[in-house]
Amino acid sequence: MSFLTIKGLSARLKGSTFPILRDVSLQVAAGDVHGLVGESGAGKSMIGKAVLGILPGSVEITAGAIELDGVDLLALPPIERRRRIGATAALIPQDPLTALNPSRRIGPQITNRLVDILGWPRPKAEARARELLAEVHIPDPDRVMRAYPHELSGGMRQRILIASAFAAEPRLIVADEPTTALDVTVQKQILKLIAEMQARHGTALLFVTHDLGVVSKVCQSLSVLYGGKVIEATGVRDFFRAPAHAYSRALLAATPKYTDPLASLTPVPEAVIAAVQAEIAAYDAGHGRGAVQAVLRGARHG
Amino acid sequence: MQLLRAFLLRMITTAITLIGVAVIVFVVIRVVPGNPIAMMLPPGATEADIARLTARYGLDASIPAQFLIWCQGVMQGDFGASITSNQPVLRLVLGRLPATLELSVMALVIAVIIGGIMALTGTRHRGTKLEAALDVGNGMALSVPDFLWGLVLILVFGVVWPVFHISGRVTPSLDLPFTTNFYLFESVLRLRFDLWADIVSHMFMPALALAIPLAAIIGQLLKQSLKETMHLDYVTLARTKGYGENHVITREALPNAILPTLTLVGVQFTFLIGGTVIIERLFSYEGLGNMAIDAVINRDLPLIQGIVILFAVIFTGVNLIVDLSYALLNPRLRHG
Amino acid sequence: MAEKARVDGRSHIRRRAGPRLWLSAGWLGVLLLAAVLAPWIAPQDPLAQDLFLGRLPPIWVQGAEPGFYLGTDSLGRDVLSRILYGARLALIVALVAGFVTCVIGAAFGLLAGFLRGWVDVVISRAIDIWMAFPPVLFSILLIAVMGPGLMSIIIAIVVIDWTRFARVVRAEATAQGAMDYVASAQVAGRGRLSTMVTEILPNVLPTIIVLLTLEMGIAVIVEAILSFVNLSISTDDPTWGGMIAEGRTSIHQAWWVLIFPLITLFLTVLSFSQLGEGLKDRFDPVLR
Repeated sequence: MSFLTIKGLSARLKGSTFPILRDVSLQVAAGDVHGLVGESGAGKSMIGKAVLGILPGSVEITAGAIELDGVDLLALPPIERRRRIGATAALIPQDPLTALNPSRRIGPQITNRLVDILGWPRPKAEARARELLAEVHIPDPDRVMRAYPHELSGGMRQRILIASAFAAEPRLIVADEPTTALDVTVQKQILKLIAEMQARHGTALLFVTHDLGVVSKVCQSLSVLYGGKVIEATGVRDFFRAPAHAYSRALLAATPKYTDPLASLTPVPEAVIAAVQAEIAAYDAGHGRGAVQAVLRGARHG
Repeated sequence: MQLLRAFLLRMITTAITLIGVAVIVFVVIRVVPGNPIAMMLPPGATEADIARLTARYGLDASIPAQFLIWCQGVMQGDFGASITSNQPVLRLVLGRLPATLELSVMALVIAVIIGGIMALTGTRHRGTKLEAALDVGNGMALSVPDFLWGLVLILVFGVVWPVFHISGRVTPSLDLPFTTNFYLFESVLRLRFDLWADIVSHMFMPALALAIPLAAIIGQLLKQSLKETMHLDYVTLARTKGYGENHVITREALPNAILPTLTLVGVQFTFLIGGTVIIERLFSYEGLGNMAIDAVINRDLPLIQGIVILFAVIFTGVNLIVDLSYALLNPRLRHG
Repeated sequence: MAEKARVDGRSHIRRRAGPRLWLSAGWLGVLLLAAVLAPWIAPQDPLAQDLFLGRLPPIWVQGAEPGFYLGTDSLGRDVLSRILYGARLALIVALVAGFVTCVIGAAFGLLAGFLRGWVDVVISRAIDIWMAFPPVLFSILLIAVMGPGLMSIIIAIVVIDWTRFARVVRAEATAQGAMDYVASAQVAGRGRLSTMVTEILPNVLPTIIVLLTLEMGIAVIVEAILSFVNLSISTDDPTWGGMIAEGRTSIHQAWWVLIFPLITLFLTVLSFSQLGEGLKDRFDPVLR
């Protein structure tokens, strides 16, 4: 049973025909972890933002549906939509250093969703916050709840953000490159923690990342994105055993392997990129956009 | 320890500033053509009379000597006596101070309210025609000084639509049971809201004139600050939690956006206080500024000195308070 | 990305700079013409008093006299003519005081920002002390000391407001001085003063120009305030401030005596500021 179903989602830059997302479709089953993979600018982050209703003001959705537990979010009136998202979904943001309000203590930042949106009594919310902080292995939760963000390290803050995401027992969490902004030494811990929490709470997880290694460890299924278009979508096992698309194969080949780091540093071949861009151009032509723009866009990747 | 050192350094620079002000005003007004003593005495006064009074006010000594004598007096709290009214300068000046303080604070409050509303509304409706219109209005309010706004208000509320008073601090015929000169404050404490209403009705126009340019600055700065803050990650995170635009602006962005505007507003507030000089004159408001103009016209040297020093003290005091508040309000600085 | 720029709010700002610039430049142009041509276009002699013609309303109100288009004051002097002649004083003060304040203030700022050391300390302390004076009071004080007159007004404005330029220029010069190109110019063997002038000045110039227009507006206001408290020029020549002072007292009987010089003053000050803002939008390399 699919908890999140995205059907034909297209988006563009407001006031132009420049496409950000091209007919994106994917499914995430309840309790599953689905990876969104691709280079920077491929649109993976945009999908996550579209689901949570936080697309930047310069981007507008032109077509498609985002179904959360059977209900199309895009068809709802705005107030209803954000209420539903607030109650059933959550975000684990990328940068822990900017994702916490610097002038508020940690405690209220975890409990505010529960108290203001879901109407929980404060003591119950605070107890839950303490529980969650313990789950993410933060020692002395009471001290941390009273602290301000700048008093804590990056890794600690990311744990708090993870705990906060699970506060309302969401059915879907979007993790937007949650380890990219962290020290390498901390990344592995955080990754493990996220996997742990996900397994314990049974939450569906949309995991946005550019790192195939992470996908292999954490996800059950994945979608590969290029230029805002889904190039391939499949189960993780099948993908790593035998990826179907040339681009996917090239991506896999480009991933550094611990066993032989230097030898495995092969960039995605030009021919493959050209082939993908040709696909996208064909898509654009079919949807009324010139091929020129597609090529120009491709030239910007470096 | 570091805090103490910074504090001491601050005290020293403040002292230098105040001494500098005292020296400059002291020297400037003694270069004055026209003997103030001669102006005071009736025509037909003899040379001896003039000489006697000149000696009495110590104006016959050399300028550095006069300065030292004055400084000595100040140490003991004696700022000399006013030439025009023969009363101690300190008492006169402190007597008028509450009126000017109340006016300035009222103007500040009005400016913050108006400026805040403009900034919040502009942010809430950003990108719309309303925001553009507010920007235009803001730009105009910014470009025109308090003096002109005062005149406009006099025209509008004095002639066209006489709702507020445009002269004086309080209706002269009223009997005032106050012990201090803080009329506004005391009327509230004594629960005399009839008096309070009368005073406010007199103060509102001059306060508004002073407030308009400051409100425009606050509106512009705060909106800019809000706009930048709204892009930050924690604001976006709040949206995913289900919070609406209003909450996000006022509870997430605003507390963080206020801080950077604070120091600039503090400096602008000192300009506002400086503006009381002409605004009080315009509205015949019995405050420090009005008395200052009279003192200059009458060449009342000790009074001029006293008033200028007091203004300088107020200015440096406000700057100090602003810097202190910034340090206290910024959680980062507070915890080092 | 050029496409992105067209989509966000910036485009609105660029488009609005145009009308603002032309409107303010237009008004100031008209004012300049009026001031220069005053002796020829003024309908009456601005100093001519005639008590029988006192407090006549503007031409569109009942009870007016032909030839006195904006009415007369209590001494029978034509309001329009006095405004035209008053423009001469206002513009002279604006231009002269504006430029002199700019040059002197900028010079101090450059010296402080580039030479640093004790020069900077002294100038910065002086600026602090200056900013502790209430400007209006200071100007009134200076006029009282120097006696009334055009020269006194200009000197007073310069003495009070040089800090405005000095602060900004000092900050810019300090920042620019730290940048690489100045160091490289010094390495290339040029003298300190020469470096300062040729390398820093062009970059600081846009800011200075904007402040200059602002300063002109301020100069007009200061003169108006001084003539309002009767401390401006010593002759009977009409001043906008003087007219406003008189209009203030007879506001209920002859509102036109206050309102027309007020509108003129308002538009003039507004135009100077908006001119500066419009120029800033044009000159700002970032926005461009």
